[in-house]
Amino acid sequence: MARMTFITHDNQKHIVDMQDGISIMEASKPFPFALEGACGGQMGCATCHVIIGQQWYDKLPAPSEQEEAMLDVAFGITETSRLGCQVRVDPLLEGMVVRLPEALNFDAAVVANASQADD
Amino acid sequence: MVDTDVLIVGAGPVGLFAIFQCGMLNLRTHVVDSLPSVGGQCMALYPEKPIFDIPAFPRIDGASLINNLLAQAQPFGPVFHLGQVVQTVTPCSEGGFKIATSTGNKITARSILIAGGAGAYVPNRPPLENIRLYEGQGIHYSVTTKDDFRGQHVIVVGGGDSALDWAITLSEIATTVTLVHRRPGFTAAPATVTKLKELVKANRMTLKAPGHVTAVHGDKNMTHVTISGPSGAEQLSASRLLFFLGSVASLGPIANWGLELEGARICVDPVTQQSSSSGIFAIGDVAVYPNKLKLILCGFSEAAMAAHAIHKFINPNTVLVHRHSTSIGVPTSSLVPSN
Repeated sequence: MARMTFITHDNQKHIVDMQDGISIMEASKPFPFALEGACGGQMGCATCHVIIGQQWYDKLPAPSEQEEAMLDVAFGITETSRLGCQVRVDPLLEGMVVRLPEALNFDAAVVANASQADD
Repeated sequence: MVDTDVLIVGAGPVGLFAIFQCGMLNLRTHVVDSLPSVGGQCMALYPEKPIFDIPAFPRIDGASLINNLLAQAQPFGPVFHLGQVVQTVTPCSEGGFKIATSTGNKITARSILIAGGAGAYVPNRPPLENIRLYEGQGIHYSVTTKDDFRGQHVIVVGGGDSALDWAITLSEIATTVTLVHRRPGFTAAPATVTKLKELVKANRMTLKAPGHVTAVHGDKNMTHVTISGPSGAEQLSASRLLFFLGSVASLGPIANWGLELEGARICVDPVTQQSSSSGIFAIGDVAVYPNKLKLILCGFSEAAMAAHAIHKFINPNTVLVHRHSTSIGVPTSSLVPSN
């Protein structure tokens, strides 16, 4: 269990206890700020894009090349952006602050990226 | 003459199983999908990943699941229209619908069954304010006429093979080429990256990485773009802007059909799977109702329920005597036409 603060783009704060050992995308599901995760955690979309507070970002294992490639084609990316499906809840992340970017796509649709991410 | 009883939109696992379920009720099917081959996300995203929650398959990978579903659907002679999206749907006065696809295909159908999953794959469009103003006239997602870039100030966005290949190719004919990418690393082939770096060194191309295009400017024509990076924002002359940011699944034109939606999903009656429009049904991930579970197996069940509801919709005066597949088998040759 780790207590985390999720800040939605309208600046609402949600302080919640997240279940260990699963991704924050999965652990967010019971809450009102649930991350979309359209591809089901396959790094095939960026609908679980989150911005992690710097001090906790530094504690996370580095993103894989596949995660980087997906962040390459997402929007509103920052220096501490991650895919929520790749961030595992761990007691070491106690107190982590996570910002949820505004859903940026005009088409009001989920953003699932085909495997050929750059074609 | 109506082309088909059911037009299925989406050839993912649920759309493919709907062919079978419709076929068992003697309903003929045509299937449209945006991708060039069947299988939807199972094939495009995770063909080799095992799935563990398909009944009777303790473990099956995405590609095998699709191949099995296709084999199960094949006896019913579905007609596939791949690499196109349904653009417009017009109700006919005598019932049924006229459908036009993005490639100019025209199909008439008695009913429509949307099994669109996360949506149709379309180019990933950045959320820039006036981007649509210049789309097709300066802003592009692919290169169709290379010569259109001759003598232009070209901005290419992306870090994959498409972005780098085109940046390199266009540097031969454009006045300036600037490649914008969010980080210094690329996913393009190493030899391509080497070539790019040579061109940058020789001042034949400018590289802005990390960088983001954050605004486009112009009047009738685009003239400039704003590129933001670690050292701030700058405006560059730009008459052509190319985005190579992959494709995204979007509800696309379906969003304009006037169906009741919840976000990007279609609200349906969970008993019949019918949408808010009579004769248009939705199943699988794209359909939503209270307590909906986004599971392939639920999509299969919804396909069966929709097929029965569609049979009733098309033949309101016929009592359907349901017989199990164990009693009637499946056709071995072509399907008997329903009328």
